[in-house]
Amino acid sequence: MFDSLKGYREIPIGGTIPKGATALLNKTGDWRSKRPIYSSENCIQCMFCYVFCPDMAIMVENGQMVGINYDYCKGCGICANECPGKKGVKALIMDEEEKFRKGEGK
Amino acid sequence: MTQIVATTGNGAAAYAMKQINPDVCAAYPITPSTQVMEDFSEFVHDGIVNTNLVTVESEHSAMSACIGASAAGGRVMNATSANGLALMWEMLYIASGMRLPIILTVVNRALSAPINIHCDHSDAMGARDSGWIQLYSETAQEAYDNLIQAVRIAEHPDVLLPVMVNFDGFITSHSIDRVDYLEDEDVRKFIGEYKPKLPLLDVDNPISMGLLALQDYYIEFKKQQQDAMARAKEIIKQVAGDYKKQFNRDYSLYEKYNFDESDMAIIALNSSAGTIKYMIDSYKAKGINLGLLKLRVFRPFPTEELVEELKSKKVICVLDRSDSFGAQSGPLLAEIRSAMYNLDKRPFVYGKVYGLGGRDLEENHIDSVYGEMDAYVKTGKVPPVCEYITHRD
Repeated sequence: MFDSLKGYREIPIGGTIPKGATALLNKTGDWRSKRPIYSSENCIQCMFCYVFCPDMAIMVENGQMVGINYDYCKGCGICANECPGKKGVKALIMDEEEKFRKGEGK
Repeated sequence: MTQIVATTGNGAAAYAMKQINPDVCAAYPITPSTQVMEDFSEFVHDGIVNTNLVTVESEHSAMSACIGASAAGGRVMNATSANGLALMWEMLYIASGMRLPIILTVVNRALSAPINIHCDHSDAMGARDSGWIQLYSETAQEAYDNLIQAVRIAEHPDVLLPVMVNFDGFITSHSIDRVDYLEDEDVRKFIGEYKPKLPLLDVDNPISMGLLALQDYYIEFKKQQQDAMARAKEIIKQVAGDYKKQFNRDYSLYEKYNFDESDMAIIALNSSAGTIKYMIDSYKAKGINLGLLKLRVFRPFPTEELVEELKSKKVICVLDRSDSFGAQSGPLLAEIRSAMYNLDKRPFVYGKVYGLGGRDLEENHIDSVYGEMDAYVKTGKVPPVCEYITHRD
C-alpha cells in the first residue's frame, strides 16, 4: 500500500528533514476524527480560535476569520471549546469526521 | 616523534580524547571506566582541551546529552561500563537511528546481579544489535589507536554511525601498560576537522531531527542503517590502511597469530588474546602449532572475510566472555557458526563461555581447549558444541 512512496535511497538518512516548512508540502489533517464546523452568523470575530489553534488551521482574510483549513486541522476541538459564540450559540461546533468522509454531512 | 609512556588503559583512552579534543563530553562515573573521564576532566580544567564537559545525573542523561550535542553539530565522546551502558540502552538506538557519529569508550564489565565490577563482555554484547559499530582492543595501545581511528570511521560520510571502543575492565583499564602516543598535531591532522552535514544549530538552514516514521517509512531508515554498516567494513579497512601508512601501526578487521601455520584456531576478543598468544608461543617451543584469530571488529561482523580465513581449518574453538541465557551458545560462537553453515565442507566449530565476572582465563584452560581440538583432529572425538569453563563444578 506504500508502493508510491520514495525508496530508501531517495530519502535523507536518519529520518532528518533537511529543510524547514515542509508541512506546506504535506496535507497533515488526514487523520482527523472530528471536524469543526464554522457558522459565520454566530461569529463575533474575537479571534480566540486563531490564537488557540495549535496548528494554523484557522483561515483569516483581512483580519476576519473566514473558515477552517481542513488540510491541516487535526480536529483537536480547542477552537470549538474556546469559541464564545453569539448570544450563547457557538460559531464553531465539532462533528464526526466520518459523516463528511462518506459524503453524509450537510 | 612519538612518546612512550607507562599508563593504564583508562589513562590511554583519556589521552586519546585529549588529542581528539571533542566539542562535548557528558560524564557520569561508573567503575571501571571512571578514570577515563576523571583524567579527561583534568585536561578540561587545565584548559588543554576546549571541550564542554557536561556533568549529568545518570548514564541515560549522559547519552541523551551526547545525542543533543551531536545533533547540534559537535564532535562528541563519552565513556561508560556495564550497568551504565545498560542504562543508556534506549538512547543507544536513538544515537544510531539518528546517524550521529558519537564515540563511546566501553570498559567491559559484568552486569548485575550479583553486583560485580570485573571484566566480561555482557555489557557490549547486550548492545550488539543497537546499530553501533563495535571495535575491541586487546591492550591499552589498541584502545588508544582504536579511539583515534573510531573518529574517522564514525564521521565518514558513507558511514555516519556511532562507534563503541571496547577494552577489558581492570585487566586493561587498570593495569599499567606500555603505550606509544602519537604527537597531538599528527592526531589532529589524522582525524581532521568535523564538518557535520546537517547541524541542528545552523539557524540559517533549519532542519528537523528525531521525527516520526511509521509503517510508511520506518523500515526504509533501518535499511539505510544496515547498508551503512556494510559500507563501514570497507571504511574501517581504509582508515586502518591510512593509519598504517602514517604511523606504521597495523590494524585490520581482525588479527591473526600463528594462524596460517595451524589447522586449529581459537577465536577470542580483547585481553584474553594476550593469554592465548602466550600459550601459542609456549606450544610452538614444543613443536606444536595452534592458531589465534582475534576479532577487532564485531559490528559490522566481517562474515565473508572470516569464512575465507576459517574454511580450511579442521577445528575452531570460539571463546565467549558473555552468555546468551537459553541460547545455543554465547553470541560470538553463534555468529561464527552461522557464518560457516552454508559451506559444503566446513571445520567443526564449537566454543566455551569463560571468565564471567572477571574469572581468570588460565594456562590450564587453554591446555584443555587445545587437548580437545587435538583429539578432534587425531581421533574425531567431538567435544560439546558449547559449555562453560573456568567455573567450579
